[in-house]
Amino acid sequence: MEKILVGLKRVVDYNVRIRVKPDNSGVVTDGVKMSINPFDEIALEEALRIKERGEANEVIAVTIGPADTQQQLRTGLAMGADRAILVETDGDIEPLTVARIMLKLLEKENPGLVLLGKQAIDDDNSQTGPMLAALWGRPQATFASVLKLSGDTAQVTREIDAGLETVEIDLPAVVTSDLRLNEPRYVKLPDIMKAKKKPLETIPLAELGVDATASLQTISVEPPPVRAKGVRVSDVDGLVAALKDKGLLN
Amino acid sequence: MSTVLIVAETTGATLNPSTAKCVSCACEIDDTGADVVVFGNSVAAAASEAAGINGVARVLTVEKPEHEHALAALLAPELAELAADYDYVLGPSTTFGKDLMPRVAALLGVSQVSDIMAVDGPRRFKRPIYAGNAILTVEVPANQTVVATVRVASYSAAETGNSASVESASPSAEAPSHTRFVELKSDVGERPDLQSARVVISGGRGVGSSDNFEILYKLADKLGAGVGASRAAVDAGFVPNDMQIGQTGKIIAPDLYIAFGISGAIQHLTGIKDAGTIVAVNKDPEAPIFEIADIGLVGDLFEIIPELEKRLG
Ligand SMILES: Cc1cc2nc3c(=O)[nH]c(=O)nc-3n(C[C@H](O)[C@H](O)[C@H](O)COP(=O)(O)OP(=O)(O)OC[C@H]3O[C@@H](n4cnc5c(N)ncnc54)[C@H](O)[C@@H]3O)c2cc1C
Repeated sequence: MEKILVGLKRVVDYNVRIRVKPDNSGVVTDGVKMSINPFDEIALEEALRIKERGEANEVIAVTIGPADTQQQLRTGLAMGADRAILVETDGDIEPLTVARIMLKLLEKENPGLVLLGKQAIDDDNSQTGPMLAALWGRPQATFASVLKLSGDTAQVTREIDAGLETVEIDLPAVVTSDLRLNEPRYVKLPDIMKAKKKPLETIPLAELGVDATASLQTISVEPPPVRAKGVRVSDVDGLVAALKDKGLLN
Repeated sequence: MSTVLIVAETTGATLNPSTAKCVSCACEIDDTGADVVVFGNSVAAAASEAAGINGVARVLTVEKPEHEHALAALLAPELAELAADYDYVLGPSTTFGKDLMPRVAALLGVSQVSDIMAVDGPRRFKRPIYAGNAILTVEVPANQTVVATVRVASYSAAETGNSASVESASPSAEAPSHTRFVELKSDVGERPDLQSARVVISGGRGVGSSDNFEILYKLADKLGAGVGASRAAVDAGFVPNDMQIGQTGKIIAPDLYIAFGISGAIQHLTGIKDAGTIVAVNKDPEAPIFEIADIGLVGDLFEIIPELEKRLG
């Protein structure tokens, strides 16, 4: 195929301890380490491997977000993407809007495959892939742990609650990555230098003619309830006694 | 007529317990109950199970050979069509619902509310974000259909004893042929399903190998427990992927959860926060899992598990 499009979302790094803002309007992101959503990194790695096997010619990394998101695109370029597109907007955008924006890009780029993460670890919505596939009128294969291309079709093994399901889909299609699809490569310093010269196109959201107004209204963001402090027992006898005490063992 | 439509999840010929949990959530939205639609090739058994759930007003069945295996791309157009008669369309936040519901929402042109953990008002819902480290309350505007997934760990299954009517429905949307089922590999174990088991024990990297998991299985059989695992244990190939518990695995809510050799990364903890009692066994006294455990025991799992098993007789 000619092109693979990969979506990269900028999120709070998975190692950061999340703090809720005192006014309950959201979580603290100022001065917090930001990274590519881990699932998206896996999606990009898969696209690069497909290209390296000679099954695609170009990998395009796409993100939607504020100007700072360029950092994540540069990382994506350093990993090996050929070029990048930033659709620039300041506000928070909902998955349906993301899908609508991506659809505009698809219509322009006509990729043979779109690779996304199965979920973003900030809002944990797990929606964008299927929404994009629906708007595009194309197949979806979510939670992919194995992806094999052959001509105009792909065989995808999906990690589902019941085990491993394999489906065959016609291309073009949307595939979302699960954790075990691959292990992303580390970026090396020379690649970071090289990435600076790769093309990064910025498109203001307004230019795409997509209405980005959020439809769901955020009422509040609160910290989760804390569990009461537990006890330590020193041996199996203590454990058995504590479980009996709670009525969990007879 | 009921305002809520729930899409049933089936496992083979039977109804998945996630459906009765969606009914519990639906009853908080509309106390007159919900309709349930069952898709499949031969759905009589699952439909009659659904009709028995208290709170179900009516069961709709859509029987077609192409629905033998639940494929989101095939189900979504039909579900979107049936949704026209309802204000709410709910599915479980299992891999089945996570795959299907956003496709339905997009076809209806509306946003989706993922993982409802509480109903705060007719259109106001609470849901976890950041692996459960923050709780978001959202409101869906009055003029749009609410499409949502229900966090099954937040709801207990609605009781049974009902006998709702069962009717067949025939949506006219044509199923696309671009997505085809090839195979499903599952380890059909006799052990209880993780998402409905009362007791779950699980093992992490500390268990060390697939062979070593045997001691957990033996203990589980004594306790009538389901067996789960951390991502590290799945990645290392000790156990299959369907045993992973956490942000990107299964979210569970057993009465008792016992973790052996699991450090307690936030991505794992988010999957067990709703457990009644959390027990942690770990040889490292500083392991973060002890911060949320109700009962902690510092020690070597290879000594503790056999001893515990002996004590259970
Ligand atoms: C995007 C993303 C999503 C993720 N999703 C999930 C998820 O859904 N579920 C999940 O579990 N993880 C998930 N993870 C991974 C998570 O961050 C941790 O890496 C993982 O949970 C660690 O597994 P573990 O506790 O088994 O391993 P480790 O962290 O290596 O801990 C092993 C523990 O075993 C103890 N131990 C060793 N030997 C013994 C012994 N003989 N007796 C007693 N104790 C012993 C050690 O003291 C240690 O605490 C995710 C990570 C990312 C980035």
